[in-house]
Amino acid sequence: MIETRLGDFEEAILLVAGILGDQAYALKITEEFKRQTGREVSIGAVHSTLDRLEQKGFVKSALGESTAVRGGKRKRIFTITALGKRVLKDAMDFRLSLWKQYPLLAGKLNFS
Amino acid sequence: MHKKQDIPPKLATWLLHRFLRDDLAEDVSGDLEERFSTLQEDRSNLRAQLDYWYQVLAYIRPFAIRKHSQQPPLYRAMYKNYFTTSLRAMKKNKLHAAINIAGLSVGMTVAIIIGLWIKDELSYEKHFANYDRIGRVLQHVTTNGQVDTWWSVPWPLADELRKKYGDNFTHVVLTTDAENAVVAYQDKRLMQSGIFAEPDFGELFTLSMLHGSRDALKDVSSVLISQSLALTYFADSNPVGKIMTINTTMTVHVAGVYRDIPEQSEFNGVHFIAPWQLLYNESGWIKNMYEPWRPNPFSLYVGLAANRDVNAVSAIIKDAKLKNLSAELAKKKPALFIHPMNEWHLYSRFKGGYQVGGLITYVWLFAMIGVFVVLMACMNFMNLSTARSEKRAKEVGIRKTIGSYRSQLIQQFFSESVLTVLMAFILALLVVQLSLPAFNLVAGKRAQLPWGDATLWLYAVGFCVLIGLIAGSYPAVYLSSITPLKALKGGFRASKGSAWARKIMVVTQFTVSVTMIIGTAVVFRQIQHAKNRPIGYETDGLILVQTNSNEFHKHIDAIRNELQQVRVIVDVAEASSPTTESWSSTSVIKWNGKDPDLSIDFSNLGVSANYGKAIGWEIAQGRDFNRDILSDSNAFIVNETAANHMGFAAPVGETVYWYDEPMKVIGVVKDIVSNSPFEPVKPTFYFIERNAGGFALFRIDPDQPVQQALHAIERVYKKYNPEKPFTFRFVDEAYAQKFGNEERIGKLAVIFTSLAIFISCLGIFGLSSFIAEQRTKEIGIRKVHGATVFQVWKMVSADFIMLVIIACCIAVPVAYMLTSEWVSRYSYHISVSWLIPVTAAIAILTITLITVSWHTVQAARMNPVKSLRAE
Repeated sequence: MIETRLGDFEEAILLVAGILGDQAYALKITEEFKRQTGREVSIGAVHSTLDRLEQKGFVKSALGESTAVRGGKRKRIFTITALGKRVLKDAMDFRLSLWKQYPLLAGKLNFS
Repeated sequence: MHKKQDIPPKLATWLLHRFLRDDLAEDVSGDLEERFSTLQEDRSNLRAQLDYWYQVLAYIRPFAIRKHSQQPPLYRAMYKNYFTTSLRAMKKNKLHAAINIAGLSVGMTVAIIIGLWIKDELSYEKHFANYDRIGRVLQHVTTNGQVDTWWSVPWPLADELRKKYGDNFTHVVLTTDAENAVVAYQDKRLMQSGIFAEPDFGELFTLSMLHGSRDALKDVSSVLISQSLALTYFADSNPVGKIMTINTTMTVHVAGVYRDIPEQSEFNGVHFIAPWQLLYNESGWIKNMYEPWRPNPFSLYVGLAANRDVNAVSAIIKDAKLKNLSAELAKKKPALFIHPMNEWHLYSRFKGGYQVGGLITYVWLFAMIGVFVVLMACMNFMNLSTARSEKRAKEVGIRKTIGSYRSQLIQQFFSESVLTVLMAFILALLVVQLSLPAFNLVAGKRAQLPWGDATLWLYAVGFCVLIGLIAGSYPAVYLSSITPLKALKGGFRASKGSAWARKIMVVTQFTVSVTMIIGTAVVFRQIQHAKNRPIGYETDGLILVQTNSNEFHKHIDAIRNELQQVRVIVDVAEASSPTTESWSSTSVIKWNGKDPDLSIDFSNLGVSANYGKAIGWEIAQGRDFNRDILSDSNAFIVNETAANHMGFAAPVGETVYWYDEPMKVIGVVKDIVSNSPFEPVKPTFYFIERNAGGFALFRIDPDQPVQQALHAIERVYKKYNPEKPFTFRFVDEAYAQKFGNEERIGKLAVIFTSLAIFISCLGIFGLSSFIAEQRTKEIGIRKVHGATVFQVWKMVSADFIMLVIIACCIAVPVAYMLTSEWVSRYSYHISVSWLIPVTAAIAILTITLITVSWHTVQAARMNPVKSLRAE
């Protein structure tokens, strides 16, 4: 996916972060990802991806609230930037356009 | 909510914080903790623990790891800051900085120079390819009741070793000692030093040839010449095939030119190598030897065969000479052994049949001095750093308050000390470069700084950094640990321990200094002692000419008359060896009542009848030779030592047998020092030599200017002896050279000792300034209460004087032991009296007092109002 500069795993993480909204911090994203996909990944792996996304400018992060269960330490909440949203949409559009050209399935798909 | 008190594994948390980027620390550890407690609730504690570990390890990813490389600009700025602050600290404390740098650079200069000297000493003979396989055959002989070691051997020994012990050697090479000979090519006649050697010489010593072959000596009429000799005689043209003569009678053709043998070799200065066979053929004395195994005039070199060990071969050849001796000669019990080339230069002293070191002693001595001097300089550095630490404490406090890490402070102090050391090193290099010519002159070396040797520089810089780290360790480690509160309150005092360490260092420095002063004084006393020794004749205005010719002998009376008439000389005499040396000795001397088992070597000297008058010897008993008394040709004059050995009540008139020929003792002469001025005079007899002596001694008329006299002598000499170049030596200079080694050591010792004292004094100078400053208030209060300047001065100086006295107490016995040992190696030596140590102690105390007083007097004279008001 060179065109969108977005990897497969990156896209998934970005989407999960979008779903979680203001609870999108590394631990929650990891758990949500597992719930959605059944795949077990480490927090570190997810965090590493988030860090990369942040460097690309698709998300931004800020320290948020803290809870007792975290030993009073704040969470780092990741929010999707406008650029991130556009990239997600681009990725989707790109796939759609590809799917539409796919001979067997062309015209038979309805995504709306 | 927390049913269990378990917390995440501590080790894992610690690990996480070791590697995790600082900006991620909070949220990541929060995430992990949250997950840990959730898992603990939902699953088990164990599960949570394991997962925590897994999560921590999974965070070891490039993005999360703290990166040092991200901060280079910051670091560079920091080092720049360290550099600036170091320079500022130096500027602020100019005196301390100067003392540090000066002391260190002096120490390093000494170390570098000593290093160069040692490097040179260790490099001897190493350039020979067969360095570790070459040896020289020496012999231990029992003579005059003690075991001596002789460096030369009889000539038939070479063939003996080749024939009977040949499988132990690759080469056996007999040579003469290097001797001056007249070397002539066409009209050019000059004295050149060279040897006569057997053909394998070139192979054994792997001469590197510019022209011709090193194998050429097999041809009896060939000669190998050195590059510089070739240059002198033939300029740039190829000399191979040119015909030269040696000592006018031996005609040879140049068969090869070898590169000059380097200075670091026993063979340095050998400019021609002629076949030994040529000498044998030409000079009858070898061929017609009455007893070839008796005289020991030649050197014998061997190349050890592969797999042969020096000691094993030494044991094998031990009796090779003894087996060929008559019963009478066998009394000397000569035991041959091989002296390996790697020991020629440094291990060449033998005593009682055992090797007892040699120059290596001086190598160790100077190495120790070098190490001590550097250590002393380092001690100064550390001392001043610790002393100043109380002042620096405030700086540390402020830095810490502002937010400096301890590690940064450590780095700062280390960079400060390393910077100082590097500055000192550069200064030292400069000083070395400038002072090397002078040093080389004193040491008789040609040492140079090896600018091109990269590894050496690497070591040097590494060494500097090491010194910097050692010297800076106290402030860096200790000072950086203090709490800012303590430092800023002003109550910070360096620990008791550091004061003790300081005292110990001062004592060490002065112990070394005092030991060196005593040592140097003893060396000089010893040299002076030997110089003051009565030498038995007058050296002033006496010149020695090597004549080596019958022409001179034939015309000596005419030469004498001609020169006496113009009042150029008082007298001229002939002798068979130079006055300052004794070349010949014999044990074939008998007299009535001699112990038949005794073998005594008598030095003997053939002279012309007026010899004694010419050199100015003193007759103790009997009379001098008289050329008008015919029977004097069978007469001896013996020296006092010989008379004592023979044990006659009245030696004059007694008869002595030399090879069974009766000789009448007509006189006893006072001992003449002809060998080492540090050794006892050998028993010697003088007889009238009817043949050419080989050496002429001119006594210049004291009223004549020396230069004119020399010209006149040369003119007359050449007139009667046109074949020979006129080369001469002043006997007093030749005699003075006997002290060369000792004087060199003495001069070097003086230099190093003064530098050691200088460094020690620099140290206490700095310390006293610091102590005086520290005690300003105390002194003020004392003065207010009525203390006089003198009392205050006494009080402050006393501490230092105490330390120096302790140092003297340690140094005196040590120095006494060392110097007594050194002195005892000379037979003619002083006894180390208590006067030297006491003088040294008084001298060092005086120097200390003067040094310390500079600051203490200032402190004592200060107006107490000023010192007490300051705050």
